[in-house]
Amino acid sequence: MSEKNKKTAGSVSLLNKIANMTDTNLLLTITIVIFFVMYIGAIVFQGAGFLKPQTFFNILNANAALIIGACGMSIVMISGGIDISIGGVIALVSMSCAVYLDYHGGSVIGAIGIALLIGLLYGLVQGYLVAYLNIQPFIVSLAGMFFARGMTTIVNSSPFNVAHEEFVALKNFRIVVPFMGSVNKKGVYVDAYIQIGVVVALLVVLLLFAMLRWTKLGRAFYAVGGNAQSALMLGINVRRTKFFSHLICSLLAGIAGFVYFLYVGSGSPSHASGLEMNAIASSIIGGTMLTGGVGNIIGTFFGVLSLSTIQNIVSSAGLDQAWWTGITIAAMLCLFLVVQSVVIAFKKRSLRK
Amino acid sequence: MQKTKSSEALKGIVRHQLFIPVLALLILAVFNLIADPNFFKITLGYNSVGDPVLSGYLVTILDYGSEVAILAIGMTLVTAASGGQDISVGAAIAIAGSVILRVLCGNPNELLEGLQAPIIVAFLVACVVAMLFGAFNGVLVACFKIQPMVATLILYTAGRSIAAWINNNTLPIVTDTSFTYIGGFIPGIPVPTPFFVALACMLVIALVMKFTNLRLYTQAVGINESSSKLNGLNPVLIKILSFVILGLCVAVVGLIKVSRLSTINYSVVAKDIEMDAILAVALGGNALSGGKFNMTASILGAYVIQFLTTTLYKFNVQADALPAYKAVVIIMLVVMSAPSVKEKVASLSKKLKSNSQTKEVA
Repeated sequence: MSEKNKKTAGSVSLLNKIANMTDTNLLLTITIVIFFVMYIGAIVFQGAGFLKPQTFFNILNANAALIIGACGMSIVMISGGIDISIGGVIALVSMSCAVYLDYHGGSVIGAIGIALLIGLLYGLVQGYLVAYLNIQPFIVSLAGMFFARGMTTIVNSSPFNVAHEEFVALKNFRIVVPFMGSVNKKGVYVDAYIQIGVVVALLVVLLLFAMLRWTKLGRAFYAVGGNAQSALMLGINVRRTKFFSHLICSLLAGIAGFVYFLYVGSGSPSHASGLEMNAIASSIIGGTMLTGGVGNIIGTFFGVLSLSTIQNIVSSAGLDQAWWTGITIAAMLCLFLVVQSVVIAFKKRSLRK
Repeated sequence: MQKTKSSEALKGIVRHQLFIPVLALLILAVFNLIADPNFFKITLGYNSVGDPVLSGYLVTILDYGSEVAILAIGMTLVTAASGGQDISVGAAIAIAGSVILRVLCGNPNELLEGLQAPIIVAFLVACVVAMLFGAFNGVLVACFKIQPMVATLILYTAGRSIAAWINNNTLPIVTDTSFTYIGGFIPGIPVPTPFFVALACMLVIALVMKFTNLRLYTQAVGINESSSKLNGLNPVLIKILSFVILGLCVAVVGLIKVSRLSTINYSVVAKDIEMDAILAVALGGNALSGGKFNMTASILGAYVIQFLTTTLYKFNVQADALPAYKAVVIIMLVVMSAPSVKEKVASLSKKLKSNSQTKEVA
């Protein structure tokens, strides 16, 4: 906490420099600095566990789906909406894929197809309702979330592990990261590894970063989220932009669903419960503004890392009861929301002078 | 001449805000009547203690619908004032219930016999705690200008964890029998007590509406915040007040929930009840974007929702699959009340009318 206060104090003295920064860069800088401070703090106070590269890779492995989902969430949030259905979509995708693979003898390619199809359908319906019928995105995606959770139970009500050979081989496939291995307790050298999901997640992050930065659609997201009225004046098709933001988000939720499925290798109605909250929290920590128009995919990436690092710190500090995770995430979310609102109010005042 | 009068009266009925919930209730009732008339059978039986007890689907609706109705009162105010909904009520009920258990059963690590405090004290403590959490939500919404649903997301995430933490993740059981009266039946009275609790809440809110300016002020803030400020109202205070009132409703429902089973399960108690409460407000024809509201319609909407839930249960729909059906209903409702859809329907009916008129002229 004290690092955080110092940081805010520091930003007061750097007033001029900060006033010249864009909102996106300002919030991004805060996030990245906090992540590194936190990780170094963890290494110093919690000992060698965090020093091993594999600890970091494990965070990536476990959160690949969250990274993808949070990226989609950021895009919706940048364009001024919100989507809380992604956790439900992920559960629905993993359950559908599991049932398809084990009970209907499907192929892995077919399962990927199902994942993309569910995401696409969700995106089309939600995007249409939000963009063309002007219904509040929160209500639409709330209904979407409940629908997905209910459908998951209808598809199959009991959780089970997938035994499909091809799939299990893919699930256990590990990509060795050279030169990052460490020596374990028995003195044997163990290679550091990442899973396929991480590669997908990193690809998604890079692609979306490029899209937001250099394409017309990407810039339109910022314009619509910042001020829909003036975006309309500039000749941007506001409705279509909103529609695409939801389409991309739900499609990414479908992909995240498959990556999640690849990580856990089972279908269950309670999968990914609360993942949408973590995705929103990561986006906010990553500097995406709820009001729209401000945000960065790289920030979201670091937001996910910060969130999971905090969780790791909490659990390795001995507070491993289940409730601490919920409380820490909520506390962090609360802190960052308030910091955002204060920082922006402060900046507005300094610009007015 | 008479024809136009009757058609105008019909129009008035159709436009009335109570029309949608009443129509939905009628449709459900007729549907059940056709499917199985036994749905409406009410039998007078005796429970294990020997007290007279009414049972039947309609009694179940009255019983569980009352929980949603109490929440709908608070949710209507929050919706009207802030233009958003509180999605943390389920989690807040878990907290309130946990507080009641903590006060009634004492320290969870020591097994103590009997009640450690009077029920009314436990309830008052729960009220204070729930109102504090309501105020927390209200401050985030009113002072920090965070969208209500995102602000309440914080409590939604943390609420059940906090509830488990209050009782150190143990599930104490209240052994006193008089405690079960609140969520069950008072000896000698065959109607479930939650219904009377809901009636009391409705009476209180009706009196408050009648003798204070709460309705006017809430609507003014919801319709236009800055102009209400110019008129000397304090929007921040009124928004926080609406969240605090919702907190009070949450505490009442928490008491009923704990009393039903004499204990609660933190992770499943009142699960998805926020969905029902929001649905009740929407079904009552209140704009989810704030502004004007009709409390009676919301309360009626709450019972209609419970009617729907009970009907679905009767057709052996799994409890976990229920949200899927309700989600379809909520989407249908919001689509029907969307302004662009309304405009299209209006222009369509105008076209039809002008067509018939030209025919008459011809």
